[in-house]
Amino acid sequence: MTGSMDLPTKGGFNFDLCKRNANLEMKGLKLPGFLKTGTTIVGLVFQDGVVLGADTRATEGPIVADKNCEKIHFMAPNIYCCGAGTAADTEAVTDMVSSQLQLHRYATGRESRVVTALTLLKSHLFKYQGHVSAALVLGGVDCTGPHLHTVYPHGSTDTLPFATMGSGSLAAMSVFESQYKEGLTREEGIQLVTAAIRGGIFNDLGSGSNVDVCVITKGKTEYLRNHELPNPRTYVSSKGYSFTKGQTEVLYTKITLLKQKVEVTEGGDAMEE
Amino acid sequence: MVGKNCFAIASDRRLGVQLQTIATDFQRVFKIHDKLYIGLSGLGTDAQTLYQRLVFRHKLYQLREERDMKPETFASLVSAILYEKRFGPYFCQPVIAGLGEDNKPFICTMDCIGAKELAKDFVVSGTASESLYGACESMYKPNMEPEELFETVSQALMSSVDRDCLSGWGGYVLIV
Repeated sequence: MTGSMDLPTKGGFNFDLCKRNANLEMKGLKLPGFLKTGTTIVGLVFQDGVVLGADTRATEGPIVADKNCEKIHFMAPNIYCCGAGTAADTEAVTDMVSSQLQLHRYATGRESRVVTALTLLKSHLFKYQGHVSAALVLGGVDCTGPHLHTVYPHGSTDTLPFATMGSGSLAAMSVFESQYKEGLTREEGIQLVTAAIRGGIFNDLGSGSNVDVCVITKGKTEYLRNHELPNPRTYVSSKGYSFTKGQTEVLYTKITLLKQKVEVTEGGDAMEE
Repeated sequence: MVGKNCFAIASDRRLGVQLQTIATDFQRVFKIHDKLYIGLSGLGTDAQTLYQRLVFRHKLYQLREERDMKPETFASLVSAILYEKRFGPYFCQPVIAGLGEDNKPFICTMDCIGAKELAKDFVVSGTASESLYGACESMYKPNMEPEELFETVSQALMSSVDRDCLSGWGGYVLIV
């Protein structure tokens, strides 16, 4: 098959298998569901910067695939982004924009601005007309001050003092609308964000497990992973299951010793003269 | 599943076309290098094609870097290859298991478009994944020795595939 060698790719999407997949689906093969991040993600602006929050449940249909996944992605040392929607899309899009921002930082020699990340994200998402299903809450502090934006899968954006996205957004927004005020302190901000995420965790089926918080201020970013664990695992049996050796019927066993790896260093004399 | 300085990766052995069984000794767990294995569930042809592509990329990496790929790097490679086909994906969910620096075990799984899911205890995929989640959740214990890990993984696999019509005919278990 000429022309289909797996050379290092130039980047971008590859549509080779689309026709074949359409045929398979006609014959009755169901595409396995994508990992979605049900999710409650929130952000708010307080007096010194931005606080972002997210839950940690990743779902595959009705099953919880990951009880402690990371939804707050790194974009730049002063910019973080929470992602909701299809997990692969949010991860890929944030990784891609994060690398583009790094290259831009090297080229300009300056700290990245939040609007740069915003424009890169929205133009990518608009190009794919919403098929890249990533709904993001982007927040950061740069030389022009603290910024908080939401980005929708089709590429539209909003600039807001407080924002929520994901399936639990209504639950979280109700907490924000009743308790948000301008000029919150850091502690008040973190408390409000955790209250909003907890609202999402307990009232939305697509969100759950723990609360992650990220506080970004001028010159300092604190990522509080698993800041709160309101759903500890309490049903552990103290005895556990113990299987005696030989309980499983074995047909054959093959033990292969791993090859020893020996490092050969050239003798020092060869370098002199 | 992760144990003490070791990991186990297991799969069932049935290959079928909907309800008809074609083979009862199909291999789904493939070796990339001595300390890195990948299991591919889903469409058989995509599993084999994807495996061949990954071995190709790993061999190129070995020639360039003169060493084996670390499991974390390999997971990112698989994720990128799967995401490239975002709008026409491989019908495959990989489970990657390897020993990294200082023989620290690393496991991760992905959905068919490359969304990585790292875990510290166990990862599952396939048609019986719902049962496997339940079985592993209750049978897993941290820091198991290889012998005990083998028994636990086998029992979890056997009990879950017994509750799934599309899986069965025994299992392959690899302990590294």
